[in-house]
Amino acid sequence: MMTITAKILAAHCGKKEVQPGELINAKLDLVLANDITAPISIKEFRAAGAKKVFDPERIALIPDHFAPNKDIASAEQCNMLRQFSREHELSLYFEVGRMGVEHALLPEQGIVVPGDVVIGADSHTCTYGGLGAFSTGVGSTDVAAGMITGEAWFKVPESMKFIYKGKLGKWVGGKDIILHTIGDIGVDGALYRAMEFTGEVIRKLPMYGRLTICNMAIEAGGKNGIIEPDEITEKYVAKRARRKYRFYKSDKKANYVDVREYDLTGMEPQIACPHLPENVKPVSQLGSINIDQSVVGSCTNGRIEDIREAAKVIKGHKVHPYVRMIVIPATQAVYKQSIKEGLVDVFIDAGAAFSTPTCGPCLGGHMGILAAGERAISTTNRNFVGRMGHPKSEVYLSSPAIAAASAVLGRIGRPEELK
Amino acid sequence: MKFKGNAWKFGADVDTDAIIPARYLNTSDPRELAKHCMEDSTNPDFMKKMKPGDVMVADKNFGCGSSREHAPIAIKEAGVSCVVAKSFARIFYRNCFNMGLPIFESVEAVDGINEGDQVEVDADAGVIRNLTSNKTFKVAPVPSFMQELLAAGGLMAYTRKKAGI
Repeated sequence: MMTITAKILAAHCGKKEVQPGELINAKLDLVLANDITAPISIKEFRAAGAKKVFDPERIALIPDHFAPNKDIASAEQCNMLRQFSREHELSLYFEVGRMGVEHALLPEQGIVVPGDVVIGADSHTCTYGGLGAFSTGVGSTDVAAGMITGEAWFKVPESMKFIYKGKLGKWVGGKDIILHTIGDIGVDGALYRAMEFTGEVIRKLPMYGRLTICNMAIEAGGKNGIIEPDEITEKYVAKRARRKYRFYKSDKKANYVDVREYDLTGMEPQIACPHLPENVKPVSQLGSINIDQSVVGSCTNGRIEDIREAAKVIKGHKVHPYVRMIVIPATQAVYKQSIKEGLVDVFIDAGAAFSTPTCGPCLGGHMGILAAGERAISTTNRNFVGRMGHPKSEVYLSSPAIAAASAVLGRIGRPEELK
Repeated sequence: MKFKGNAWKFGADVDTDAIIPARYLNTSDPRELAKHCMEDSTNPDFMKKMKPGDVMVADKNFGCGSSREHAPIAIKEAGVSCVVAKSFARIFYRNCFNMGLPIFESVEAVDGINEGDQVEVDADAGVIRNLTSNKTFKVAPVPSFMQELLAAGGLMAYTRKKAGI
């Protein structure tokens, strides 16, 4: 009896069955790194004396964190990726103008597919669990080894099951579900474990919401987040997949170390307060929290549906005079679609900035850094000390709807409060 | 192997942004990274005060957040001999074994060490001694595969062997 996580891992190490705790060497379908992490991988690759990558079609190098290059040092790092990609004829190098935020880009382009095993030198690699893949964040050295051998060692994780029941209210979605869950179990509540999300709410949840939920599994310490693929998955991947994919499902009698049930009927939008993603409160319990900046974007909430949600809230309103609103579509396709649907007009008319794809402000890189004492509401994934700029600044995490409403109100609030 | 130095204490859930803020990640040069080690933590002057060989002692979930290997690189290059914590975040734990920063798990040691105490970590015996209070604590055993990795000289040496380079 195996969980979906164990089944995918078993299939990638040539075994019929694997058990939690077992050490395995798994074949990798894709190895990923970005402009911050790949330079160390490339150095290690060269220092090891490696001449060839295991497969030039299965290594994705994406300059998205400090790209378009924010300074000379970042330009040098991006150039390392570019030169390495040319030298090894990597087919999955994405130049500025074609690139997007990695975890939005790869599922959108059908480069990761259900049933895959993926490692990435970026902690939010766990996003692809939304497709029914096993994917996990690792460091640069693991990626260097993976680029050479096409394999990685794993301890098969124990699984936790999260069952969501009830009916989601208006302006409540994937971000609220995962914030509520992290608030319940804490930032190490799933340490070393697989987080399997299920229940009637998940079965109805569109793909973008599933990707948002799995994206933040790492914020609870999880090794991976995962959702069993279904018709919604099939509809999403059928038109995109660049490789064959396979749906795995957990056995009915599979073993879970912890099973948690949540009734989400009546749940309010959730906000993670500084300085940990576990400091979660329903929006009505926040009191009056003024903001200086509102950010919509990132690998967590930069997909077209997220941009639409923010646009729907802000349409016909103006960004508060004391607030900067920055909207960053996660990929070029999202950007183009936003133009096509007139969403860019909506934001610009409201007085917001709309930018080319980048991770930018999420990690305090560029494109929206906070000064000392400033406060942001953001659809990103972390609110650690100094995450978006000065160590004395603050970040509150929310859904796109709340970020947009707050930009108009000048304080954290709900769409229903807009007149 | 033995490590001896003075203890610097940190709380729970020290994240990798506190260990090395992202604003310094436009380089992977270990010396540059080490200059800013722990800059956004509860002890921003850590680099001015610490001495080579000192030991970091932290509560649960040390190294949570980003996968940046720059975090253990900064700590190692700063001259910290090893890190003792109640628990480590998964990617940070894996990174330390891959790049060679010695780390040890021990709940009782963390509770029994105060800032400034002189500490000796005896990796072979699996004990941590607080030389200031004269108390000894047990270290959680290192999983056998991780020992194999260490014995092989780290992940890249292990990989070279596997790939026949």
